[in-house]
Amino acid sequence: MMELVLSLAIGILAASGTWLILRPRTFQVIIGLCLLSYAVNLFIFSMGRLTVGRPPIMPKGGFVNPDAYADPLPQALVLTAIVISFATTALFLVVMMASRGLTGTDHVDGQEREP
Amino acid sequence: MPVPEHLIIAPILIPFVTGALMLLYHERQRRAKLGLGIASAVSLLIVAVELLNRAKGNDLAGGKDIGFYLLGDWAVPFGIALVLDRMSAMMLVLVALLAIPALIYSAAGWHKQGQHFHSLFQFLLMGLNGAFLTGDLFNLFVFFEVLLAASYGLLLHGTGQLRVRAGLHYIAINLTASLLFLIGVSLIYGVTGTLNMAHLAALIPKLPEADLPLLHAGAAVLGLAFLIKAGIWPLTFWLPTTYMAGAAPVAAMFAIMTKVGIYVIMRLALMLFGPDAGASAGFGSGVLIAGGMATVIYGALGVLASQGVGRMAAHLVLISSGTLLAVTGFALAGGSPEMLSGGLYYMVSSTLAVSALFLLIEPMSREEGGIAAMLALTADAWGLDEGDEDSQQEEGLAIPATMTILGLCFGACLLVLAGLPPLSGFIGKFAILSGALDTQVALPNALWGFMGLLLLSGFATLIGLIRIGIQTFWGVDVTVPRVLAVEIAPVIALVAMGMVMTVKAQDTMTYLNETAHALLGPVSYLEGMTAAPRVTQEPEVAP
Repeated sequence: MMELVLSLAIGILAASGTWLILRPRTFQVIIGLCLLSYAVNLFIFSMGRLTVGRPPIMPKGGFVNPDAYADPLPQALVLTAIVISFATTALFLVVMMASRGLTGTDHVDGQEREP
Repeated sequence: MPVPEHLIIAPILIPFVTGALMLLYHERQRRAKLGLGIASAVSLLIVAVELLNRAKGNDLAGGKDIGFYLLGDWAVPFGIALVLDRMSAMMLVLVALLAIPALIYSAAGWHKQGQHFHSLFQFLLMGLNGAFLTGDLFNLFVFFEVLLAASYGLLLHGTGQLRVRAGLHYIAINLTASLLFLIGVSLIYGVTGTLNMAHLAALIPKLPEADLPLLHAGAAVLGLAFLIKAGIWPLTFWLPTTYMAGAAPVAAMFAIMTKVGIYVIMRLALMLFGPDAGASAGFGSGVLIAGGMATVIYGALGVLASQGVGRMAAHLVLISSGTLLAVTGFALAGGSPEMLSGGLYYMVSSTLAVSALFLLIEPMSREEGGIAAMLALTADAWGLDEGDEDSQQEEGLAIPATMTILGLCFGACLLVLAGLPPLSGFIGKFAILSGALDTQVALPNALWGFMGLLLLSGFATLIGLIRIGIQTFWGVDVTVPRVLAVEIAPVIALVAMGMVMTVKAQDTMTYLNETAHALLGPVSYLEGMTAAPRVTQEPEVAP
């Protein structure tokens, strides 16, 4: 059940994101990129296998049974990916605003299509 | 650990510290920033040459020394490792060689057109060096993001409508590519449970049959991210506009950005899917060959169709990266090391020549008014004050015999890019062709087609560039532009590097041959990584 919910969530997010980044308005593109990055983050998370009741942080010292713990690496990767995509999206937003200011339109090509 | 061992991380730390230090200076103190930047680039060059000497061992052909640096002293494959072999050392030297001329060129005025040019430039160098040094997939992602974030800022340097529009497209495409990168990395991690490249190469032949499709999907998605950066057709349409829109010193540095994608593809494809990879051997070679050849065709047509020299130079970048992708594909399909080493020689020489050409474009087309008008508009948009405006034009030493010097530099770039003797472009293409003749691959027809394309693309380059040369230098009513010595010196330096490569062709080729052998059979890389020494010994854990 958990697998189904997660894969549906990733699929819907990725599909909506893909549709949105192909749209002509910069706002749609940025929302699309956000949705895609959510999908990717969930995907990375799922690559550490889905488990219940297993913490990713191990106690210090002594012998640890790895079976009792989740793989911490994908979670660390997700954290890095979130930070990086957050920063780059913010940067993209600034460029978007600059483009809006310079061209007066929010079309991705900086000009409206000829009617 | 003795101090010289730590030198491997210096190419990342030097630009990082310098770039951060520059942020403390006020934007007006550009001379200080420029001085710091050049000092950093020169020390990078010194470090890179020292690392190159180390990587090649005591003589040109013999050494198989590979340096490993375990960050935080974690054992392989758990921690992050930096790896210095012949290939990465060569790329480090190339980065430093491109950075110094671009920085000197920017002193002529470009660095005044916006803010934080020098800091961003240093962070770009940091990202490039890191991407060349890392031995870990996720760390590669981080350094890619560092260099991309810096390149976004640099591309927008000077603003203007064209740049912002090109920048918007460039950022959107690269953000998408980064997401693909993450999907690929996590798929590969999900299948194999490691991110260390050498560890991956050891695990792939042992994977069960059922896991292979997932691994291949992961590798394909990952490869897609690098192919976008390398500008393979049909993922290339962003590239010409972006490179054309960048300021001259930025475009000159961007000449190596496509090569980062090619470097990673060369390294990963040959390491993970080389002949020892069992069922996965040669995965992706068909795509690389076909895509590379399509890119060469697209680039050659683009060169013939371009009106301006800026767009033409961007298409020359495409021809160069298409050629290299196809060479990598053939190497993956069982091509000879000679062909690959010819490709590496071609890569270095064409990168230097394209970089020089990007620096030449602005002085050549200065009198047409386009750039000057754009600069005036830029100054308006930034609200730069009068003091900055004054120094924009008349400062520094103008050179005599402008057209002669510009023409000679342009001619040298033309010879290299078209692959005509006597300069380095000819040697590179000749080495690729002669290596290709020795190669016994599964696809002889594709190889013949590629050889024909390589010659045809050179011919197209010749036609395109000669047309531009005639218009610029032999026109009847040519107004001689005022070109400063700091603008032409970097171009001459880049051309001279190409000439040194030509004169020292034998030494260079010996080095590159060994590099190609190491890439095709990365035994010392793989074994070295698993045996990389740690400083502290693991304490015995009581069971």
